[in-house]
Amino acid sequence: MAIEPILAECRDLVTQPLGALAEGWKAAHPGGRAIAAYPVWAPAEIVHAAGMLPLALLGGGTSVELTHADARFQSFVCSIAKSSLELGFQGLVAGVDGFVFSNICDVARNLSSIYKRNFPAAFVEYLHLPQNSTSPAVAAYAASELRRLATSLEAAFGAVVTDTALAKSIEAYNAVRARVRSLYAFRIAEPAKLSTTELYLILRAATLTPPEETLARLDALLAALPARGGRRQDRMRVVLEGLFCEQPPLGLIEVLEETGCYVVEDDLLLGWRWFTEDVPTDGDPFACLGAAYVDRAVPSSTRHEGRRHRAEGLIEKVRRARADAVIFAPAKFCEPALFDYVLMKQGLERAGIPHMVVEFEEKMWTFERTRNEIENFVESMLFD
Amino acid sequence: MTAAVTERGYQGRVHEQARRLMSAWMGELGRAEVEGVPTGALMISGNCVELLRACHVLPMFPEVTALQNAIRHQSLPLILKAEQAGYSSDNCAYVKADIGLFLDGGMGPGTPIPFPTLTVCNYVGCNVYVKWFEHLADISGSKLFMLDVPFARTPEPSADDVRYVVAQLRELIALCESLTGRAFDIDELREILAYAARAEDGYARCKHLAKHHPAPFDAYFDSINMMGPINVLRGTRDAAEFFDDAVAELEGLVAQGLGPLSDERFRIVIEGPPPYPYYRSFRNLFTKWGAVAVQSTYSTVGGIWEWGFRHDPRRPLESIAEQMLRENLTNRSIVDRYQQIRRYVEEWQADALVIHSIKSCRLFSAGQGDMRDYFIRELGVPTLLVESDLEDPRYYAEAQIRNRIDAFFEALEHKKLTGRAAAGRTS
Repeated sequence: MAIEPILAECRDLVTQPLGALAEGWKAAHPGGRAIAAYPVWAPAEIVHAAGMLPLALLGGGTSVELTHADARFQSFVCSIAKSSLELGFQGLVAGVDGFVFSNICDVARNLSSIYKRNFPAAFVEYLHLPQNSTSPAVAAYAASELRRLATSLEAAFGAVVTDTALAKSIEAYNAVRARVRSLYAFRIAEPAKLSTTELYLILRAATLTPPEETLARLDALLAALPARGGRRQDRMRVVLEGLFCEQPPLGLIEVLEETGCYVVEDDLLLGWRWFTEDVPTDGDPFACLGAAYVDRAVPSSTRHEGRRHRAEGLIEKVRRARADAVIFAPAKFCEPALFDYVLMKQGLERAGIPHMVVEFEEKMWTFERTRNEIENFVESMLFD
Repeated sequence: MTAAVTERGYQGRVHEQARRLMSAWMGELGRAEVEGVPTGALMISGNCVELLRACHVLPMFPEVTALQNAIRHQSLPLILKAEQAGYSSDNCAYVKADIGLFLDGGMGPGTPIPFPTLTVCNYVGCNVYVKWFEHLADISGSKLFMLDVPFARTPEPSADDVRYVVAQLRELIALCESLTGRAFDIDELREILAYAARAEDGYARCKHLAKHHPAPFDAYFDSINMMGPINVLRGTRDAAEFFDDAVAELEGLVAQGLGPLSDERFRIVIEGPPPYPYYRSFRNLFTKWGAVAVQSTYSTVGGIWEWGFRHDPRRPLESIAEQMLRENLTNRSIVDRYQQIRRYVEEWQADALVIHSIKSCRLFSAGQGDMRDYFIRELGVPTLLVESDLEDPRYYAEAQIRNRIDAFFEALEHKKLTGRAAAGRTS
């Protein structure tokens, strides 16, 4: 299958309201339910094992005007929290039966209970994902928390999450993640053949369709991409960091690529490609998934990793992707990204890796200033 | 015209003793390096200070250092130092003041604030704690122990939650033993917990005394005198005796019908931390209207004692875990906090709710517009929301805040007067 129609399909999926997507799937699956997870990590396997459609709740981007949520959350709160709430007020997530939040930051935690209060008919669950990465007790705790989610889904919707179903769902998402890892490896090798704008759309579409459907799309892409044309240009290879929660406008990624950068690594939609390798399925699947959350996790600003310094994962990413520099792009008011920036910046400087920072907001629509900043940075690197 | 309201200048023994006890603790900290006493950094919220005490590790609290610098008007240069080092203007200013203190040479070897020997991140609700202590461990080179406390997302902590926290407490004990070379004694912890429970009882009794009309103290502005002993010194004999004395003193004031102001015209509940750089000015804005805080949420960040929870020496580690999991403000959801405030408004017979929304602490503030909506629309409680910060003086706009407070109390006064007039007509 040709690449362009698949990309067009991804773009079409991404532009649809979440509620409409959920309704569409439910119409084809009578009695089905759709559950959306707020960033970062999505417990998609558990939702899928309950026979439901896992989705990502990623805010409203530029598609919604805040008319209610601004009165609930102050001006110093990130946009994704407000626009995600606004989607509820404007009925744009009608059709989504439930929402899962987790302890990624203080705002997300408060948003969870405020969502529940304002939309009492919706299923809202809050997961406490472990921050202790070294305790012998953590794996059992993580498994128990995932079991609690499964039990909640069962109680709310009469679903049943069996060990067998969960193991199958883990395998389905393992297959998806393996393809995503291949796409990332492909982009490192052939950045001229797969832009980050395209890869982002592919990833985002993967958060909106069942894994079986996603898998077919990814396989087709992986088969077709090597033959795609694309002349490699003399561009700076960069790692993009800090976009793990609030979604950047496509224009921002496009500007990066237009101004002389190949983005060869990033942390976009990190929660949907959380595991560095397959999650095992031999044994208690809840225990396997819980242990993998801690031990097979990508470095993330929303999880404390006691075994490594904050900067190590990023430096490793730079080296693996043969990148020349790092562009930090924290969302406005995003405390996890803004705090990590300091330790990461110090680590990069010790390692002699150039970097720059550009803040963004999901509603950003002019990019000229960003373009100038990046152009200056690229030029300073090229003529250094 | 009504007479001007004045402060009675009543602070008395509670204030003096708190200052003396906290100074003694700061003195101990200042000598710790020279005397070779191991120190352990902790966060205030839902802390396990008793455990460090039983492990002979002197607790230190970066939040207390930060607030002291703010109240002494010394926070801004420290915040700016941190921002020059890369911290964002949107990062929590408590953290920036703490890191700025290090960058400014005010923390570390040879200073009154030593580097911690051990950094114990009691992750109780606040995600910034995780970042703060990662950074503190990074600059100090101290061992970081991440004590992960599951957030309260069920009506009661589950057995799995308690088991997880207790397991980590045992690991922390083992780490402390390796650090100090001293064996942990569970009976010593029991004794410390008994003192803690006595202090908790005293603090709770003080809070309940504010139900009297007039309240004998301001449960927001004066609570700071008690928050040091309850959060930092809990588990010591000194703290237990401090609260015995505090109860006696406040009972005396109740018997005399005395409150902190010459006239208690409005009883309010205040939600959110105070603006420490403008503590006195902010207080004056309420004093002028005869407004006394009869309850506050900030005074419960370390623990909610007024509903009856006490540490239990018979179940030492389990009761520490339960307190961290459930019996403090920060590990509960913001909507759970609505119910806490609702009880305060009803049981302490408050006229209004004042929300002080601060930029630094999103745990407290993110979503307080929804809280205002709940209290005004669903409960009909007059509610005022003002914004500034607890540490960064740049966010305190005095004229704007004064205007909003004045307008709010004018409206409240008008409501009282018209209410009285209407009652007079019907009687």
